Amino acid sequence: MSELFNVASSPHIRSKDTSSRIMLYVIIGLLPASCFGIYNFGIRALIMIIVSIASAVIAEYIFNKIVGKKQTINDLSAVVTGLLLALNVSSTIPYWEVALGSVFAIVIVKGLFGGLGQNFMNPALGGRCFLLISFTGSMTSFIDPQSVDGVSAATPLAVIKSGEGLSGVNVMDMLIGRIGGTIGETSVIAILIGAIFLIIMGVIDLRIPATYLITFAIFAGLFGGYGFNWTYITAELCGGGIMLGAFFMATDYVTSPITPMGKIVFGICLGILTGIFRIFGASAEGVSYAIIFSNLLVPLIERVTVPLAFGVVKEKKGGDK
Amino acid sequence: MGMTFKGGVHPYDGKELSKDKPVSELLPQGLLVYPLSQHIGAPANPVVAVGDTVLRGQMIAEAGGFVSSPIFSSVSGTVKAIEARRVATGGTCKSIVIENDGEYTETEFKEVEDVTTLDNEEIISRIKNAGVVGMGGAGFPTHVKLSPKNPENIEYIIANCAECEPYLTSDYTRMITEPEKLVEGMRIVLNLFPKAKGVFGVEDNKPEAIAKLRDLTKDETRMEVAELTTKYPQGGERQLIYAVTKRSINSKMLPADAGCIVDNVETLVAIYNAVKFGKPLMDRIFTVTGNAVANPQNFKIKIGTNYKELLDAAGGFKTNGCEKIISGGPMMGFAMFDLEVPTTKTTSALLCFTKDEVAAFETTNCINCGRCVEACPEQLIPSRLADYGEHGQSDMFEKWYGLECIECGSCSFACPAKRHLAQSIKTMKKQVLASKRK
Repeated sequence: MSELFNVASSPHIRSKDTSSRIMLYVIIGLLPASCFGIYNFGIRALIMIIVSIASAVIAEYIFNKIVGKKQTINDLSAVVTGLLLALNVSSTIPYWEVALGSVFAIVIVKGLFGGLGQNFMNPALGGRCFLLISFTGSMTSFIDPQSVDGVSAATPLAVIKSGEGLSGVNVMDMLIGRIGGTIGETSVIAILIGAIFLIIMGVIDLRIPATYLITFAIFAGLFGGYGFNWTYITAELCGGGIMLGAFFMATDYVTSPITPMGKIVFGICLGILTGIFRIFGASAEGVSYAIIFSNLLVPLIERVTVPLAFGVVKEKKGGDK
Repeated sequence: MGMTFKGGVHPYDGKELSKDKPVSELLPQGLLVYPLSQHIGAPANPVVAVGDTVLRGQMIAEAGGFVSSPIFSSVSGTVKAIEARRVATGGTCKSIVIENDGEYTETEFKEVEDVTTLDNEEIISRIKNAGVVGMGGAGFPTHVKLSPKNPENIEYIIANCAECEPYLTSDYTRMITEPEKLVEGMRIVLNLFPKAKGVFGVEDNKPEAIAKLRDLTKDETRMEVAELTTKYPQGGERQLIYAVTKRSINSKMLPADAGCIVDNVETLVAIYNAVKFGKPLMDRIFTVTGNAVANPQNFKIKIGTNYKELLDAAGGFKTNGCEKIISGGPMMGFAMFDLEVPTTKTTSALLCFTKDEVAAFETTNCINCGRCVEACPEQLIPSRLADYGEHGQSDMFEKWYGLECIECGSCSFACPAKRHLAQSIKTMKKQVLASKRK
């Protein structure tokens, strides 16, 4: 034997896809919403995004150092988490709050469970819910981007919730995003541009977002008190975090079912939970809680939605053979 | 849009390296080695002894049972040894070693004037006695395949002309240079099954082959050409049957259960040679390719020829160095550590890759993205099966249909975390099947 060659199990070729490339696509997909948020809420929004991403990446770096794990900041998942968290907070909160949220998301929700792929809950939303419970006041006060002096204003959903009816709702403003809300959630159009990019690039598919939005729309129509009123349903679909949540957070690979049927069940769970939280809960919002709650159901959903293999016919109970 | 199946992947196909090069006949210089297991089933038993002189076409080992196949010398010469030799799949196998005298003196073959005068039994016995096995890789003895329990239920004879493995062009070369032999092989098989229709399933990246076969079969009432979507693993037996007939079979079924018999291009040609000319299986077309090879091309080889000789005939390695040598295609072929192995009835290619083409990627955590699920042609959940495999959870592995895996490697190919999914699943599958046999 003159020469020895590399021996490994087949297949011997791999696709060019990598985890960090997928994360990069998600970041690109979030850019329209981020840019609109900065346009809408000004320099504070930009700084918020920078602080949030920086603290997420630094937290991951230090965490890996302390526990002696291989450095993983290059996979860009911490950047995605930091960016998503920033897009999910009001532009008015103190910067240290978002930094704290990022650290919580990276260390408690992700790192302690084993890092990327091992967390059972969406890190950004875990961080957001932590902030929402801890600093309810600042987290739920939003400014009206259309006012010059930046006065606080209620979001359209809060207006509907308070019983003032639909007269104050301007659907066009909600589509464009000229309303109060968190940095990244207000513009439906910007979110959809990013979502379409991700769908074209094959990063996400429509199973989860579509079933989520449809289930929620039906639930809101049935129990919302306005019936299937076009303005009401559209306002509920365009308001709050549901668009951002449906396309960018419910579709998080790690915390959603891998089975094709499971994705649909997951979407239905999300729609129903969001409906319950929004309509029967104390707050006008409910997307974050609905998603992290449904994250917990994922192992169960997967168990009951194992697809039949190709050519395998479901055995009849007690049937012959 | 051609016919296809659900799932699959689109690797770079690399076929242009060797596809339109003229095919040349390679006469071996060195020793020829014939492993006694070149097929599924019992190994063949040697019928020659060291020192015997043999002729080309002479049987040197007889079938070791019904599911077995005899082996023939592809050259004339002297038996040098009967000993364990390394084979392309990695292990060793008892083999007959023959020194070539360079004369290629042939034994007498019994040609028949008109194959339609043969009855089914005669056809099957001619195929059996010629040592014909599935030449696409599995090596299932063809006479067994052509003797299903209920022959009257066979409705489709499918010629597997997909050649979905990237880089391989041996079947393509046969279809371009001698399509008439393929068609004649099909005609013989159709004679066995009067109710069956013959379908040539060709991927649509081979338009020249499709055109040639269409032209040859245009007046045939029982043959047609099916254009298949170019997608790996289109030539997987279950995937091909589904694409052509929309019938699904699982691991516990035979193609015959769905009324189908699938034979690969080279096998049908071997059937023709066996039935018409009484010629045993001694030669095949073989691709030597890959970016590490100086002159990638196809050869008509004598089975038993050494891989090293084939590489040398293709100009050896380029100066940029070779990192990996593979017997077969890049998706399911076997990586070898050494070229000192013989070609067999089932080996179709030697693929030599440079370091860039088979770069070792670092495996990262699974992010549950589901690309393996989309890629799996068997609609399995490869990432979970690999987890169960790695953790030794055989019960969960079976529950999630791990035994249905066809080991095509699409999941590993698609995985962005570069996990060794197929490897883990294959290993577990082997364990589960072994424990079932106990």
